[in-house]
Amino acid sequence: MSLLEIHGLTASVGDKPILRGINLTVNAGETHAAMGPNGSGKSTLAQVLAGNPAYEVTGGSITYKGQDLLEMDPEVRAQAGIFLAFQYPVEIPGVSNAYFLRAAYNEVRKARGEGEVDPLEFADIMEEKLALVDMDPGMLQRSVNTGFSGGEKKRNEILQLAVLEPSLAILDETDSGLDIDALRTVADGVNKLRDRNRSFVVVTHYQRLLNYIVPDFVHVLAGGRIVKSGGKELALALEEKGYDWLTEGEPVGVNA
Amino acid sequence: MTAEATIERVVTAATPFEDAFRALIEGDGAQAPAHIQSLRSAAFEAFRRLGFPTTKNEDWHFTSVAPIAEHDYLHITTQSGDVQRSALAPFLFGRSEWHTLVFVNGRYAPELSNTSGLPKGVTLLDLRRAWQEAPQLTEPLGRLTRHDDRAFSALNTAFMHDGAVLHVDRDVEVDMPIHLLFVTDAVAAKSMMHPRNLIVVGRHAKATVIESYVSLSDAVYFTNAVTEVSVAEGATLHHYKMQREGMRAFHVGTIEARQARDSHYISFSLSTGGSLTRTNIYTTLAGEGCGATLNGLYMLDGEQHCDHQTLIAHVQPNCFSRELYKGVLDGQSHGVFNGKVYVDPIAQKTDGKQTNNTLLLSDKAQIDTKPQLEIFADDVKCTHGATVGRLDEQALFYMKSRGVSRALARELLTYAFAADVLETIEQPSVREELERMTLRRFMTVADDR
Ligand SMILES: Nc1ncnc2c1ncn2[C@@H]1O[C@H](COP(=O)(O)OP(=O)(O)O)[C@@H](O)[C@H]1O
Ligand SMILES: [Mg+2]
Repeated sequence: MSLLEIHGLTASVGDKPILRGINLTVNAGETHAAMGPNGSGKSTLAQVLAGNPAYEVTGGSITYKGQDLLEMDPEVRAQAGIFLAFQYPVEIPGVSNAYFLRAAYNEVRKARGEGEVDPLEFADIMEEKLALVDMDPGMLQRSVNTGFSGGEKKRNEILQLAVLEPSLAILDETDSGLDIDALRTVADGVNKLRDRNRSFVVVTHYQRLLNYIVPDFVHVLAGGRIVKSGGKELALALEEKGYDWLTEGEPVGVNA
Repeated sequence: MTAEATIERVVTAATPFEDAFRALIEGDGAQAPAHIQSLRSAAFEAFRRLGFPTTKNEDWHFTSVAPIAEHDYLHITTQSGDVQRSALAPFLFGRSEWHTLVFVNGRYAPELSNTSGLPKGVTLLDLRRAWQEAPQLTEPLGRLTRHDDRAFSALNTAFMHDGAVLHVDRDVEVDMPIHLLFVTDAVAAKSMMHPRNLIVVGRHAKATVIESYVSLSDAVYFTNAVTEVSVAEGATLHHYKMQREGMRAFHVGTIEARQARDSHYISFSLSTGGSLTRTNIYTTLAGEGCGATLNGLYMLDGEQHCDHQTLIAHVQPNCFSRELYKGVLDGQSHGVFNGKVYVDPIAQKTDGKQTNNTLLLSDKAQIDTKPQLEIFADDVKCTHGATVGRLDEQALFYMKSRGVSRALARELLTYAFAADVLETIEQPSVREELERMTLRRFMTVADDR
């Protein structure tokens, strides 16, 4: 059984169709890259997987660990091991990062039938996770993402990923807005989290990230569909030739 | 014609306030100094003339006081009630050592109060004792606020009988807060209380005063308080008003401050109690270089109606004012915020900022917010802003996507909304108590933060 199976998935925002028939299978331990021009539907796919109610699924199916994912509330998906690192992480003034992380950690643990941890135990866990993404512990006392720089927000997403230890992590343009050093740190952190039981879908516009997080498969989205799939060499070809050669005759963005 | 006039007179003569007023001036109230007695009579005359305000009155546009006006109230002039010291514990911010004047059902309760060991230069007396022992301290009464065009202040002045007098001498800095605690119990049912307080902070002095209105019962009663405040040159007063009346109570509370040159007045108003409440906070920055900070938080539910009216009067140049009021409204509650900032033609270089943010937790809750800037000087920096919103859906989804339940996500966001104005409270015990209270109110799921 595959970890994730997407069949003929269509989704829209309001009346506007965005995904037009996505088929994708992800097995345990695999890393898939999803590339494609701006507006091709990458973030929409990521948000639909996480269960954002702003997007309406109009057709198709998603099966996760053998269950109908579309029937699950977002928090249940997260408790079942789905994690989305947002392209645009949300600022939550007034809620401390430390409190939020521990609340999330405990909810996920509860769902797995494990006991909750108290603030002291959690502080020990955090020490190791902070080191993984090379983050200043002071960031934990600040409000979630509030006033964080672009890079700090992305790092914070990977910190949450490290804490929640999901089965399926979707990274939506985690590389955008990062300088090369930060990119390397974040990619190193992600690579340390890769293992046989954890799968990744790495959404990116650029091939650069894939030099560090080397994928098993590369898919190209255009116009709300996967127009080409291949191995890691496909990313290099895209870097060289751009997206046009793949999208000839296809609408690139969903508006086209 | 004559019949109508007669009916009118009969109705007036039958008003309970007439009888209660006569009972006061002929009875217990006759002990007050002569100037207080004449002040009372003039104020009662003003109340007769004014009557209760209607919603046609601009200052009462969103609040009908009909529910207050349609009740008869007893005026309790003697000590009453059965309040044990232990029952007050929840209202003491965990600091029973603070100097506290306790009033039960409107009357001073010396056995529950603590005034021993007041620092030198600090006088803290109940009003009746002040009249007897230090009448000169009560002279400013009636001079720092006006009642000729305000019905509730007129009524309070007419029934002025008990309350607190605090005088801090020049250059005296009092670190420990002074708490004026007005508590009611079941005996307060169907009665009215008109606490009258006077706070005078001398030149370069510094003090913190907490004014609490709380209840140990859910009786219907009517609190109508007035506090007059004078902040002298270079002085600082932190003034917290905690309105946690019983859920069926009526409360009208007016605080009016007058600030001299280089003084600072820092006010925080919390409102969570009462069925129909109105808080007025007025300050006049009457000297150059003053600062005023007026912050507040109201948290309502059920059918509560809570109205805040503030006035910051800049009448001299080079002063600043900051105002942040936040409201969390659930159920069918109704909040009102009317914040006026007045800048006199000579008040150049005024720096004023006013903000009112309301979070609506239910579809039936309602807020009327009316910022009013009246600026007559040209070289000023004044801004105001009001927002009314619901919980941020993006933030809710973000939290849920990390496994946090919908209920906890809502509670966290609600608490967070209120938290930033609570953070402005400088007195740590007051801040922590209000944070705990807010947490308990909104956080059923989570423990400590
Ligand atoms: N919340 C939304 N409301 C309206 N349109 C949206 C929304 N989200 C995405 N879209 C539209 O859907 C299309 C695909 O967007 P997106 O999934 O963000 O693409 P990508 O991540 O590949 O750049 C774009 O045309 C975008 O404008
Ligand atoms: Mg995107």
